[in-house]
Amino acid sequence: MEVFLQQLINGLTLGSIYGLIAIGYTMVFGIIGMVNFAHGDVFMVSSFIALIVFLILTAWLGISSIALALLIVLVVAMILTGLWGWAIERVAYRPLRGSFRLAPLISAIGVSIFLSNFVQVAQGARNKSTPPLLSGGITLMESESYTVFLSYKQCLIMAVTAVLLTGFWYLVQRTPFGRAQRACEQDRKMAALLGIDVDRTISLTFVLGAALAAVAGVLYLLYYGTVSFSDGFVPGVKAFTAAVLGGIGSLPGAVLGGLIIGLIEVFWSAYFSIEYKDVAAFSILAIVLIFMPSGILGRAEVEKV
Amino acid sequence: MAPARSPGLPDILRDAGLYALVAFALCVPVVSYRTEAGPAGLELLPRWPLVGLLCAGIFVLRLAQRLVLARRDARRALIPAPSQATEAVHAEPAAGQTVSGFALWAFLGLALTLPVIATLASGGLGPARYWIDLGILILTYVMLGWGLNIVVGLAGLLDLGYVAFYAVGAYTYALLSTTFGLSFWVCLPLAGLFAGLWGMVLGFPVLRLRGDYLAIVTLAFGEIIRLVLINWTDVTGGAAGISSIPRASFFGIPFTADEDGFAARFGLSFDSMHRVVFLYYLILALALLTNLVTLRLRRLPIGRAWEALREDEIACRSLGIDTTATKLTAFALGAAFGGFAGSFFAVRQGFISPESFNFLESAIILAIVVLGGMGSQIGVAIAAVAMVGGPELLRNLGFLSAVFGEGFDPNEYRLLLFGLAMVTMMVWRPRGLISERQPSVSLGRARGISGAHVSEGHG
Repeated sequence: MEVFLQQLINGLTLGSIYGLIAIGYTMVFGIIGMVNFAHGDVFMVSSFIALIVFLILTAWLGISSIALALLIVLVVAMILTGLWGWAIERVAYRPLRGSFRLAPLISAIGVSIFLSNFVQVAQGARNKSTPPLLSGGITLMESESYTVFLSYKQCLIMAVTAVLLTGFWYLVQRTPFGRAQRACEQDRKMAALLGIDVDRTISLTFVLGAALAAVAGVLYLLYYGTVSFSDGFVPGVKAFTAAVLGGIGSLPGAVLGGLIIGLIEVFWSAYFSIEYKDVAAFSILAIVLIFMPSGILGRAEVEKV
Repeated sequence: MAPARSPGLPDILRDAGLYALVAFALCVPVVSYRTEAGPAGLELLPRWPLVGLLCAGIFVLRLAQRLVLARRDARRALIPAPSQATEAVHAEPAAGQTVSGFALWAFLGLALTLPVIATLASGGLGPARYWIDLGILILTYVMLGWGLNIVVGLAGLLDLGYVAFYAVGAYTYALLSTTFGLSFWVCLPLAGLFAGLWGMVLGFPVLRLRGDYLAIVTLAFGEIIRLVLINWTDVTGGAAGISSIPRASFFGIPFTADEDGFAARFGLSFDSMHRVVFLYYLILALALLTNLVTLRLRRLPIGRAWEALREDEIACRSLGIDTTATKLTAFALGAAFGGFAGSFFAVRQGFISPESFNFLESAIILAIVVLGGMGSQIGVAIAAVAMVGGPELLRNLGFLSAVFGEGFDPNEYRLLLFGLAMVTMMVWRPRGLISERQPSVSLGRARGISGAHVSEGHG
């Protein structure tokens, strides 16, 4: 029971991070119908941005309040990563709109390879680790052999995720931008005829997706305390799995999928084998795509001939 | 429609300046500070000159690009645009998109005589080793490209996990030869058979998927196979891999210095290069076999069914083509050639580990097929030379360290440039280098058409 509860907490924490990344996949797929393969690497870049900004703040500017430093790191990482998302869309995807179907996917694979190697060249191949931040936590349950521990980090991660998702949901459901975004998702041509700047909306979608990935990147760095240039691929694929599992194109679905994937991964590692946890994630991806391609909350795709 | 006002120089300068500004913002902080592990945790090393250099580079590149584009637009504005409809039907491939018959034979001739040329040029078999090894490497990728071309180029099924079959082939040979002592010539067909079988096994569940989803599921399968190879330590040796795999023999005659060896039997003085040259011709033969089979299959009903499937799956089904069998044969055949290439890889290296079969390899092979112009055999070969041989040039750019300072290793930038090249190619020429298509069946004279009229990715 105690083990179960502890793993539940860990799984929800991990799932929050996956959910934040998954939103980027699901929004981009919803609006232009492409798998933004480079999204996982954008997440990794944001982690590096966060790491460096954090070092500048603490080591050089001497900000001692961890809360203030984290807030600044979060904002700066969101802005800079959003810029990365914008630039990538502008350079690598926009010229390919209207090209044949596979062109954007291949271009995205190119961007993914570029980003991870760019960071490798710029920052070196070693793992970068930060000193542990925000240690401590709350002991929820104690028995002789096992203690269920909810660390402040995990509280923070879940709280930040919840707050941001609420804000994001408001943005998509209640603001003019959100309306434009949903309109483009339904029918890009019609939206353009009604005076919506489709290019701008798509750009903003990429910026928002990247900004949420940046939040995930900051939280990932906070949680694990280490990051390397190759850390984008596997979380990226898992977040994509989450997006597919929840129903691609659906925002609540992405979060739900993220939580499920996080839980499955953590429970699998705890009860079966830690070596095969990635195999489990990849297998879920394959199984969902094959047997349930519209996911849990997605709409079934109707094919018109 | 009013002609768009051609941008003036100030506009272009401002645009380039904007690009440089964005590049600057992107470089802060990832490039401007390098994190290094110091005695008290991570330390930051500022590198602002590098950022300045990068931004200046972006500025110049964008400026050049805009100027070239402006000139092209000005030139085009003078020519009245031909009517779209008639152009689309009869469009001939643009210049530079076809390869003449002579170039084809020259290419083949060069491939056949490379060891001789390399030996003559570098004065001896030993010094020619570098070139022959490079040839083997390129030909391996040519073969993999041609194998994947069956799946992606002909049948239009985007496969991101092709390297799994390469791995199956390599491990089949490695395991059979180290445990049962079977020779390479027995294992080669077996490796192809096993890989083909795996192609069927993995192809079966994905029959209903198309496009991006198919790509992602094949990627997942590729990763699963790699992870199993890493973790199933009892059989595969885990991350350490399998070493001391037996070498290939000349149809039973080993390449050794003793009496029964190749050199002694044929009255030559022993030279370890004999084996390398033999491997070169072996992979050349395997690659040409792949090519031959593909070219012949394209003329058979199955090949035509593949191409029909690529163009329109629903039309295919309504015409009574068995799409299940069509897709599975494409998967199996492509995988079988991947398996052949894999067992060749194992016999050449003598050592294999799961690290050789990661996603990046799949991406490289796919990039070769796409850059070559999906479906074009010679295009794939040219792309393989460019993508695999090109990075080798980087090794020889030692003089750059004089410009960028000591410790500058051009080889680090290999994959960086590789990713950039993929994006650039897609933006600049999404149809690949050779985008001409020859109809497989024609009434009267076969006429090449531009690849822009061929669709793909609906598999």
